[in-house]
Amino acid sequence: MTGQRVDLAVVGAGPAGLAAALAAAEAGVSVAIVDAGVRPGGQYWRSPDPGAGPFRPTTLHHGWRRFATTDARLTDLAGTGRVRRLAGHHVWSVVAAGDHWSVHCLRGAEPRQRGTPDPVTVHARRLVLATGAYDRQLPFPGWDLPGVITAGGAQALLKGNLVVAGRTVVVAGTGPFLLPVADGLARYGARVAAVVEANSPVGFARHPGALLGAVGKLGEAGGYAGRLLRHRVPVRHRHAVLRALGTDQLTGVVVGRLDRAGRVRAGSERRIACDVLAVGWGFTPQLELALQLGCATRVDVDQSLVLAVDDDQATSVAGVWAAGEATGVGGADLATVEGRIAGRAAARSLGAEDVPDDRSTRRRRTALRGFATAMHQVYPVPSALLAGCADDTLVCRCEEVSAGRIRHAVTELGATEARVVKLLARPGMGWCQGRVCGFATACLTARHAGRAVTEPDLRAFAERPIAAPTSLGDLATPPDDGHPDGEPA
Amino acid sequence: MTHPCEFEILFDGTPLPCRDGWTVGAALTAAGIRSWRDTRHDGRPRGLFCGIGICFDCLVTVNGQPSVRACLVPAAPGDEIRSQQGTGR
Repeated sequence: MTGQRVDLAVVGAGPAGLAAALAAAEAGVSVAIVDAGVRPGGQYWRSPDPGAGPFRPTTLHHGWRRFATTDARLTDLAGTGRVRRLAGHHVWSVVAAGDHWSVHCLRGAEPRQRGTPDPVTVHARRLVLATGAYDRQLPFPGWDLPGVITAGGAQALLKGNLVVAGRTVVVAGTGPFLLPVADGLARYGARVAAVVEANSPVGFARHPGALLGAVGKLGEAGGYAGRLLRHRVPVRHRHAVLRALGTDQLTGVVVGRLDRAGRVRAGSERRIACDVLAVGWGFTPQLELALQLGCATRVDVDQSLVLAVDDDQATSVAGVWAAGEATGVGGADLATVEGRIAGRAAARSLGAEDVPDDRSTRRRRTALRGFATAMHQVYPVPSALLAGCADDTLVCRCEEVSAGRIRHAVTELGATEARVVKLLARPGMGWCQGRVCGFATACLTARHAGRAVTEPDLRAFAERPIAAPTSLGDLATPPDDGHPDGEPA
Repeated sequence: MTHPCEFEILFDGTPLPCRDGWTVGAALTAAGIRSWRDTRHDGRPRGLFCGIGICFDCLVTVNGQPSVRACLVPAAPGDEIRSQQGTGR
């Protein structure tokens, strides 16, 4: 293994990570941006290789100019040696090593592939974790059929490859994110048969203050709604996909209308033919690195486990800051603001003196966080959908564990918490390590145990001692001695 | 017309069109292929699900190496992609 020393390592090159890296580098500290993606931008500003075809960023991306400006500035700073951009670096472990953090990375677009470059370790005096989030899922009959994909997955295919996921697509779940997904698919030639949204934006009427703080969000949502109308995409509020149809691949979905309590109204079921269903129920923050370090967590308004941070975005562990979805799902604008605050705070702690005042940035954070809170209240996961999860519905896709086996572990075997259910019935023990089924298993466990979902339930599916699949050979390689093979210029 | 950034890969012996910068998963999806793996226990078909390297549903055999993520692996000219069963071994 080789080692590199920097003042600050930023993990993640999405909106939060890029903002943090730029803020810190502009304050004069040396920064390594460590990111799994082959191109910067994270999931939000994912972009295709030029070879994939002609690409007009404004057709798929919001805030692209902010990305382009930040990216260009970071490239300039990389030229001076103050910034190192480590793309295709999958961090599998972060450990304290005396006065610094050792950030262990596997390399390559897919590090599991033979012939990828050797692992490296980045040694940093400070850390900013901007690890983002992925789609949150709820199990339903047929959700393992090929053709059912995540809303973010459909978006990644489009943004990263300019490939449309299918010919006829239904976009479903809940939250404002479904609109840009449907809009992008329609613009690039898919027939979007319906957007099936479990909630209704009418709920925002109860949060006028939050809307005033983030009027730009209204314009953004209005823009998508207008374009969906022009593409003749029907948006069905207070509806949910109840079943995916097909034997070996998706042929359609059954949707039903929900009442105000989130229960399916009798007789409201109807069938929509489609070859792809893109589904998402909000997002799950990626916390394994922070949890490896012992950072304190809390349960956010959307029932996601998130990192507890202070006014400076500092976690409970000294020398570690966090920004973006990892501290509470709130979108790219909030992530950018949090990243800037975190990067500056980290730079100050390293002795940087010319760090700009943060007051207006902090006010902006308060407003955007207020909007995010209102958004989570307007777009909750309907608990009735999980309550109606039949025993034969698959929950853990990797270990092929049904809802019935999870119920059995609680009601027959006496498990009272999600961690024990995991040991007894094996949900979350396969390839993905509970990333996909963790939220549902935690909620089902709590439900069968007759209580609300707790922080320990969620932690049971968020803690991973190894954050990316690692070969035994890499694990056995002794860590390097921390001496740099090259100092920043 | 063949553009320099267009090439072919093989999926279970059949040529599929591909472009520079596409992942294997993107090439399979663009060709209308939805599944390329059977699960270990129930033998159920699987393909792309999360699309971003999280779920491992899209595991596929690339140039003889089983169980790599189709959604992450960049496709290269002449790649031999094979569907896989169970653990892929």
